[in-house]
Amino acid sequence: MIAPVPIALTVNHERVEALVLPRLNLADFLRDHLSLTGTHVGCEHGVCGACTVRVNGDIVRSCLILAIQAENATVETIEGLSDSGEIADLQSAFHQRNALQCGFCTPAMLMAAQDLLLTNPDPDRDQIREHLSGNYCRCTGYHAIVDAVESTAHARLERAG
Amino acid sequence: MTPGMQTAGLSPLDRPNSYIGKAVPRPNLERLLEGRGQYVSDITLPRMVHAVFVRSPHAHARIVGIDVTEAKTMSGVIAVVTGAELAKVITPWVGVLSHLKGLKSAPQHAIAVDRACWQGEAVAAVLATSRALAEDAAEHVVVEYEPLPVVTNVRTALDPATPIIHAELGDNLAFERKIDAGAVDDAFKRSDKIVDVEFIFGRHTGVTLEPRSIVADWAPGDRRMTVYLGNQAPHMVQNIVAKHLDLEEAQVRVLCKDVGGSFGVKVHIYADEMATCALSKLLRRPVKFVADRVESFNTDIHARDHICRGRIGVSHDGTINVFEIDDLTGVGPYSMYPRTSAVEANQVIILIGGPYTTPNYRGRTRVVFQNKNVMSQYRGVGHPIACSITEGLVDLAAQAIGMDPVEIRRRNMVRDDAYPCDSPTGLKFEALSHHASLDKLVAMMRYDDLRAEQVKLRKQGIYRGIGIASFIEVTNPGAAFYGVGGARISSQDGVAVRLDAAGTVICQTSVTEQGQGSESMTAQIVASAIGVSMEKVRVILGDTDNTPYGGGTWASRGTGIAGEAALQAAKVLRGNILATAAAILQGKPDDFDIVDGMIVDAHGQQRIELNELTRIAYFRPDTLPPGFQPELMATRHYVPRQYPFAFTNGVQASWLEVDVITGKVKLLKHWVVEDCGTIINPQLVDEQIRGGVVQGLGAALFEHCIYDETGQLTNANMADYLVPMATEMPDIEVGHQISPTLESELGAKGAGEAGAAGAAACVSNAVNDALSPFGVTITEIPLTPRLILTALGRI
Ligand code: FES
Ligand code: FES
Repeated sequence: MIAPVPIALTVNHERVEALVLPRLNLADFLRDHLSLTGTHVGCEHGVCGACTVRVNGDIVRSCLILAIQAENATVETIEGLSDSGEIADLQSAFHQRNALQCGFCTPAMLMAAQDLLLTNPDPDRDQIREHLSGNYCRCTGYHAIVDAVESTAHARLERAG
Repeated sequence: MTPGMQTAGLSPLDRPNSYIGKAVPRPNLERLLEGRGQYVSDITLPRMVHAVFVRSPHAHARIVGIDVTEAKTMSGVIAVVTGAELAKVITPWVGVLSHLKGLKSAPQHAIAVDRACWQGEAVAAVLATSRALAEDAAEHVVVEYEPLPVVTNVRTALDPATPIIHAELGDNLAFERKIDAGAVDDAFKRSDKIVDVEFIFGRHTGVTLEPRSIVADWAPGDRRMTVYLGNQAPHMVQNIVAKHLDLEEAQVRVLCKDVGGSFGVKVHIYADEMATCALSKLLRRPVKFVADRVESFNTDIHARDHICRGRIGVSHDGTINVFEIDDLTGVGPYSMYPRTSAVEANQVIILIGGPYTTPNYRGRTRVVFQNKNVMSQYRGVGHPIACSITEGLVDLAAQAIGMDPVEIRRRNMVRDDAYPCDSPTGLKFEALSHHASLDKLVAMMRYDDLRAEQVKLRKQGIYRGIGIASFIEVTNPGAAFYGVGGARISSQDGVAVRLDAAGTVICQTSVTEQGQGSESMTAQIVASAIGVSMEKVRVILGDTDNTPYGGGTWASRGTGIAGEAALQAAKVLRGNILATAAAILQGKPDDFDIVDGMIVDAHGQQRIELNELTRIAYFRPDTLPPGFQPELMATRHYVPRQYPFAFTNGVQASWLEVDVITGKVKLLKHWVVEDCGTIINPQLVDEQIRGGVVQGLGAALFEHCIYDETGQLTNANMADYLVPMATEMPDIEVGHQISPTLESELGAKGAGEAGAAGAAACVSNAVNDALSPFGVTITEIPLTPRLILTALGRI
């Protein structure tokens, strides 16, 4: 087996240095090395979207990139977005609208929804559905999630005046 | 309103600040919203090792030998264990229930001992310090197989020429049931039209987003096994783990906390989960097993996979005279333990024709063994099949006599004032609302406008269809499901409530939570019944050490059964609190009420807060009248006894467009009206319905476990097994009728499976409606573009 290699990156605004096997993917690194278990693993082959995190500002599937590829990167997970308050309104909308049942898809769904709202502050329902289509949810049937994202968008627009 | 009136007459549930019927948000979701839940896949224990299973690549093969020498020397490997070795610590099981007469199966081992019977059955386990290292070593376990003949085709499974999977059983027939009610042959003779078609339902599976996960922790010092498992029925698991590992039930604690989706997939206990418990006992340390997605497809229960011939006889005036079915389903090589693999077929045969008055019905269902993954109960259990067959036949009958699909249903559905009544198959209906539900649906969807739009668009070459499906649903099952068949699966639930020293309510319930809202439902009922705010109620569930004994969450039973137990327990506690208040305030219990956590008197005057009452009860009992002992805890259990099941009903509609060039179906809108009796939280009910609908829509259009003739599952990954994603799904409008069950005070029936029951049937009917100008009828799901284009003769 190839020996571990050192990596250094920023995770949720904290500097992290670690020795990792080159084959380790970012999802497993976050979960197993940093105990950031809010990043979930549903398929490990890039389809379900449960492992979505932000790397250098873009959402990516952390099961599809290696930890060593995140060298020097800025990684943000659901724990980071929650602590900074960036998505507090979106989380509250999900809560009020019951846009989560088991909650396993939720961290990644929030990541994807926030990504949409940052680029398109006033999406229609079809655009919301389209943008969330890389994130599988078995519980909700999506309708409530679309409602929650839509109401957050409207509230943000109103606040922005 | 005076407090005296409230306690004497009105149920506490009707009080002005009751939470019953309110769409309050579920408590304690922040944890999940912030990524701070604790799913089993997140759990790590000291000295924990990871199990990976070596699985048979053959659908049927003799295990000639297993060479573990090299694997054992690999980095991080703690042990490699074969089926024969594990069989020394765990006994095999047979998945039968005595009330499913004639059901047979063969002994199944936690890890196959000398024969693998489906592709994916575990043949050895590798334990290592990490999952990755265990996977590395698993590749070096050398298993020599002698392939055996496979049985995959259900149509030929019973032919004399077909090999028998378990020779000792004599044939491949697991179960057969026949029903003959009324005068079927006569009814066909006097029918003006007879429709006779074959329905085909593909195999699909649950695809919970969190795969099955277990951590088993045998603590030799305590002689106790703690099992962390994503499961719907902790007490069932406790019983089975104890039974097969030679332990007392008290030695086993099962914890079911955050679960990433269940839907019936996680109401069973699987061979690899039992193996994980046995491995922990063998190794005397915690063992974790998390299925990967490929394993999920190969080993999570599959469902449906029915081929069913259906016949209906109808008169010109629209009277449906008769239904007849001949159903055949293949369930894998073993009947699943302990709930068996015959329940789905049994549900299909009893539910056919459910909404209708038709007295003549003949049915046969046969369940056969095959060398594919095991099949068992998945959300809806039989309902989607029975509904698709019944409603498919009704639509075809309407077409045959030129009658509108809504009209033929109106003419044949059981009248709303006909209850209580029995079905021809002996089902007992307490109170249903087929007509009111259909009327509401027709209004919600603006049926006539849609028909007009459909006609207009057809002229432009746009083919849209409307599909309607009404259904009945089995909920709140009593002992009739499992208990009478000898399974130790409780049909009753228990709830304990206590007022703690700070004046807050702790509630322990045997119902479990997988996202349905069991915790919210329980807190809403308890808070309303006692007279406190929901924030003052903490609900504890999913722990066999810390909850009363009960069934858990499955078969749409949580609210109807555990909800009633919660109500009754909370009412007793309320009475005990009022008795304590009376003792403190020197009055009679009836003189007081609890409003918003405050004891008030007959004039509505606030007297003392609950935390003052508890201070006195717990810390200054010396100040209470002599002989008075406050009992600030109460427990109640409940199971319905009068009706074996509380039937509910509903009706759904789909509006969709078929692209006749590409064969693609675009879902435009979906409507549901259902009747689950008293609604505790309308938002939670609606979301259960929507989630279930989308599972049914997935089955209708995409989901299919595709096996080749050698028994290989060819699409065991999420790229090739398609699930519904947001963009393909429509908005879903939900409406309600409310016919409470009078058997319980709460009046609630189940709602968890109504969505799944009718969704696929609507889509099939809508596709056939859309394609009616082409004279094409398709009675198979999933309705893939290939299937549609083939039917249209385009490919
Ligand atoms: S776990 Fe990464 S996409 Fe499914
Ligand atoms: S809430 Fe369970 S998968 Fe989305």
